[in-house]
Order: sequence, then C-alpha cells, then structure tokens
Amino acid sequence: MVLTLAKPRPIWQIMFSTHHTDVGLMYLIFSIMALFIGGAMAIAIRVELFAPGAQIIADAMTFNRLFTSHGTTMIFLFLLPSASAVGNYLVPIMVRYKDMAYPKLNAIAFWMIPPAAALVWLGMADFGWYANPPYSVISAPAPAAEMWIFGLKILGISSVLGSINFVVTILKCKHPDMSIGKVPLLAWSFLAASTIAIMAIPTFAAGLLMLLTDRLGATGFFNPLVGGDPIAYQHLFWFTFHPEVYVLVIPAIGMMYEIIPRFSRRPIFSHSSGVFAFVLLSIVAFASWAHHMFATGMSFTEKTVFMVGTLAAVPASAMHVFNFLATMWNGRIKFATPMMWAVGGIALFFSAGAGGVVNTAMPLDFITHDSYWVVGHFHLFVFGTIAFGTIGFFYYLFPYVTRRMYNEKLGVVHFILSMVGASLTFFTQHLLGLYGMPRRVFDYPEIPEWIAMNQIISIGAMIILVGMGIFLVNLIYSSARGKPANMNDPFGLGGKYYYPYSQLNPHHDKAGY
Amino acid sequence: MGHSNWPEWIYVAVVIALLVYVGAEAWNIENLIDHAPEDAEIIKVTAQQWFWSFEHADGTKEIGELHLKKDHAYKFEIHSKDVNHNFNIPEFLVLMDAVPGRINTVWFSPNESGEFDIQCREYCGLIHYNMRAKLFVEGS
Ligand code: HEM
Ligand SMILES: [Cu+2]
Ligand SMILES: [Cu+2]
Repeated sequence: MVLTLAKPRPIWQIMFSTHHTDVGLMYLIFSIMALFIGGAMAIAIRVELFAPGAQIIADAMTFNRLFTSHGTTMIFLFLLPSASAVGNYLVPIMVRYKDMAYPKLNAIAFWMIPPAAALVWLGMADFGWYANPPYSVISAPAPAAEMWIFGLKILGISSVLGSINFVVTILKCKHPDMSIGKVPLLAWSFLAASTIAIMAIPTFAAGLLMLLTDRLGATGFFNPLVGGDPIAYQHLFWFTFHPEVYVLVIPAIGMMYEIIPRFSRRPIFSHSSGVFAFVLLSIVAFASWAHHMFATGMSFTEKTVFMVGTLAAVPASAMHVFNFLATMWNGRIKFATPMMWAVGGIALFFSAGAGGVVNTAMPLDFITHDSYWVVGHFHLFVFGTIAFGTIGFFYYLFPYVTRRMYNEKLGVVHFILSMVGASLTFFTQHLLGLYGMPRRVFDYPEIPEWIAMNQIISIGAMIILVGMGIFLVNLIYSSARGKPANMNDPFGLGGKYYYPYSQLNPHHDKAGY
Repeated sequence: MGHSNWPEWIYVAVVIALLVYVGAEAWNIENLIDHAPEDAEIIKVTAQQWFWSFEHADGTKEIGELHLKKDHAYKFEIHSKDVNHNFNIPEFLVLMDAVPGRINTVWFSPNESGEFDIQCREYCGLIHYNMRAKLFVEGS
C-alpha cells in the first residue's frame, strides 16, 4: 500500500510523487530528523545549565541562538510536519477518498519546508521563538533575523496550504455515504486544527512583514524611537500563536482517539462529545491570546477578560480526558507501546492543563511569568502531550508504513525512559520557576536550590536522550530487519480492531498503493 | 450528544465549578492588589541593556542597588530606554515589564529586612542572564 521497505522504490520516485502516502512519508522522515536536530540543541542547553559558569557553550550569544533555534525547530519543523505526516497518511483513507484533494499543492506545501528549515538553521537567530520587538527590530543581528523572518514566512504559507488541503479533503472529498458526524475523530481533529490554522496564521503573517519593514527602517510599527508600539506586535503574535498551540495539540488528541479505543478494544465512549469538544475548542481558542501579556501593563479589565477567555477553553480539553478515561474504563486494555504513549500523554496533558490554569489566574501569573515554570508548563504540552501522542502514533503507524514490526521491548523501554525523564525535567522546571529562576538565561547565580534543580532537570533530559537513541535504533533496525507484520492485526488485538478504514476504502485496497 | 452520558455532564459541571472558583478568587485577589496605597512612595525604575537604575522621590539616584525601608509602601514607575525588560524581585513577588515608550507601575511593601535579588525576567539580549541588582531593605 505504501513504501514497502522490503521492496524499495528509487528515492526519486518518492520525492517527485504527489501521492498522499509518499508526501506523508517525506513529512515523517523530515519531522524525525528535525526532532533529533532540535533535541541536540536542547541537550547542549541542558549541559550548559547543569552548573553555574560557562560549561560547553562559549558565550551568551551562542546560547541565545541555540534556544531560539531549538524552539523554532521543535514547533515548526518537528511538531507541525509530524502531524502533517499522520494526516497525509490517514485522512484521505479515513474519508474514503483516493488522495488529498489537491495532490500537487500537497507536495508543494511539503517542499516549502526544507528551504525554510535551511534559513532557520543557517541563520540561527537569537531573539527567542517569539521575536519580540524592539529587540528584534533594533538589536538582533542580521542576517540571522531576516533569515528567520523569511523562514517563518515560508512555513506559514506552507501551513496554510496544507490546512486548506485538509479542510477541502474532509469536507468535499469524503465519501457521499459518510456524513460529517461519522467522520472518524482523527480526521475531525485535522478539520478542527486546520480551520484554526487558516484563521490564525494571517495575523502573524502581517506581523512578520511589519517586523521586516521595521528592521529595514522603512516603517516604525513596533519601534518606540519613531513612535511605534512594541506591544502591538505581541498582540499580533499571540493572536496567532495562542490558537496555534491548539493547532498543535488537537491532532495529538486525535491520534489518541485512534489509539485508545483500539487498544481498549472498545468503541470510543462518545464520538459526538469528541466532535463537540473539537468544535468548541476551535472557537474559544481565539478568546485567550493576551494571557501571555498580563505583565505588559494591561489594565485590570483586560486581564479579567483574557483570564475568563482562557478558563473558557479548559472544559473542552477536560472533555477529551473524560472521553479517554471512560473508554478505557471497562475496556480489555492491551498495553502495547502505542497505548503506553497515549496513556502517559493523557496523564501529562492533565498536569499541563492544571498548570495552565495557575498561569491564567491573574495574581499567580505574576509569580510564574517568564520563569522556568512557564518552560515546564508548555513542555508538558509540547513534549509530554503532543510528542507523546505523536511518537505513540509513529509506533502505531510503523507496520502500516514498513510492513514490519518494531521491537516491542525497545518501544516500551523508550516509553519508560521518556516518561521518567519528562517528569523529572518538566515538573522540576515548574518548581524552579517558583524559586524565581528566569527563563532564557545563559548562566545563573550560585543559589544552592537552583543548582540542585537544574541538575535534576539536566539528568531528566539525558534520560530522554537515551530513550530517543533507542527509538532511532529501533526505527532504523526494524524497518530493515524487523519481523514481517501480520497486516490484518499487527498488534494482536483481534482483527476487527485494526485499521478498518483501509478495508472500507476502495482506492487503497487493490494495487496495494 | 446522542446516548446517555450523564457522568460526563456531571464531570463537566464539576470542572466548570472549579474554574469559576479559581477565576473568582483570582479576580478578588487581583482587585485587592491592583491599586497602590495613596501614601506609597514613588521610585522611578529605568531598565536598559543591561543594568537597572533607580530614582527616589527626593531625587537621589542609585545604580545597581536599591535601598528601601521596611514596612513602607513603594510604587515603582518602570520604563525602559531600549528594549523590553522585566523588573522582578522574586522574594517579594514583584514583577512588571519595562517597555520603552510606556510607564508601567507596580507596588509593594517589604515586610522583611535584608538583602534581596533584583533580576530581569524578560529576554533582552546578550547579558540578559546577568542583568541583576541588589535590594537592601533597612529597619527592623
Ligand atoms: C488548559 C489549557 C491551557 C492553559 C489554561 C494555558 C495557559 C497559559 C498561560 C496563561 C500562559 C502564559 C504564561 C506566562 O507567560 O506567564 C501560557 C504559556 C504558554 N503555553 Fe499554555 N495554556 C494551555 C494550553 C497550552 C497548550 C495546549 C500549549 C501547547 C501546545 C501551550 C503552550 C504554551 C506556550 C508555548 C507558552 C509560553 C509561550 C512563551 O512565552 O514563549 N499551552 N499558557
Ligand atoms: Cu496561550
Ligand atoms: Cu532581560
């Protein structure tokens, strides 16, 4: 059906293909590569912060470039493409269509990413993933800043094109017998996330252009020296990027909706409640952006509005957690690797949400803001929830992509190391934030509690690294030498629990492609 | 929502109740601390890459150090000369952005004497990590 590594095709055939599984495979390989590049940057940061004083990074400038590129890489080059990989593989199959609605556009959206990545990686900007002015206008060194701006511009366009493709595929190309309510929840998650992306991205796209012309000296939108307002940029940025966090998290929830019922060997507790929560979240996602800006000097009224807007988004997330637990409740659960990742991801999702509520409770935000707490908060989401869901899903897709099985023992070890490492790292970061350590610092004073916590965090990061090494070995070794998978039931769940979609899809059953 | 799932409704109601409680508490507390007392003494805080300077109401200036009296209310008027910074005294939970072109205010009343750290909590470039000052609270 797809790339069968047992019978390899020449690489150029895959590269020039517009078929959704080939594009999906390219997204998959690219995102895993980005995960390791971004991961190497993270490890450099954690080794540096293991103790006060310069450790392995020569100067603050290099450090600043590293954390900027780390964040940019993980969000735009790992998480987004990894979701696109999954969507490309499964959305057309789930809605019973032969391909994405616009196959060429699909390939173009993918091929925009490598040049954008090159701009980000060769430039190594230093202004953080949020590029706040006036620093990004008057202080950040060229050409790194310009390269980052162009890179993000391209990534934004790619993301919008990809999103349009998902929306059209799901709404217009689904099989006429399939009502929108019957569309599987994984496909629904792509519909919701893509809609949010299309609505959210233009704002920052405008902000990026304004930043560029400001840097060129042609305008002064965000430059207070000529009467501009740097806070305006933050509104443009967060109007895009608070919703964008849901663009990232919703597909991961969708992947859990695929894994959890199968490995619980039960239908999902409530399909309609999952759909409802996706739709609700796509609307309230737009009501909370300025919760990132409480400390910029907002009035009491503004803070109240955005606190309420943020709290309003929580029940939708909580409904997903309920749906998962209720599905597992009386299920005959099989704790194979994908299920472990999904369940671990739910636990961390819940903790992350609880921390988010603390952030948005106005007076408490003045304790957590821009401290390591915030770093811990969003890593519980981006790593603990999204990467967990996605990596679990990569294991789940493995037999589908390669026709072979990954090594289950290594998969479980990878999960355990990641769960232990993530808990050590990200919960300790919350605590370190409460002890007052600012984020984005190259060095810190010799405060004994800070040193101890930084060491725990760095050790956690090393544990994650070991797990990821095992992951890589498993992926490479098993795709070449793994046991051939029983394609009717690779996880031994009882045949009817695995991929009923492809059997229902006339386009995908015949030639195996 | 099609079939009977009353447990989900109860769960959602509990979650909403908790959120309303958190929101209301937060609103109350923020309302209490949002306004500085009338008699708070004004300290002008200037942030620039990469140090802090302070100006007392009587015109005395300090750089990198701030001397205050215990149990006395102070209102900081914070601004920046270049890029965004964030004025932070972690020990007393004082935190406010320093933004060029704006003056942000925050107040506190130190209830403990001694020596405390002042730091920058908003990324501001090369020496952000070491943009520090000392707060001395005097009196018993
Ligand atoms: C229950 C839902 C959530 C709530 C209530 C929440 C709340 C918050 C709040 C109030 C902040 C601002 C903290 C500060 O800077 O002082 C924040 C920061 C952040 N959140 Fe969340 N959040 C939620 C979900 C998410 C999700 C799903 C993601 C990612 C997928 C996410 C990613 C982030 C990021 C990246 C930041 C920091 C951004 C930065 O300053 O660089 N959050 N969150
Ligand atoms: Cu947000
Ligand atoms: Cu700073």
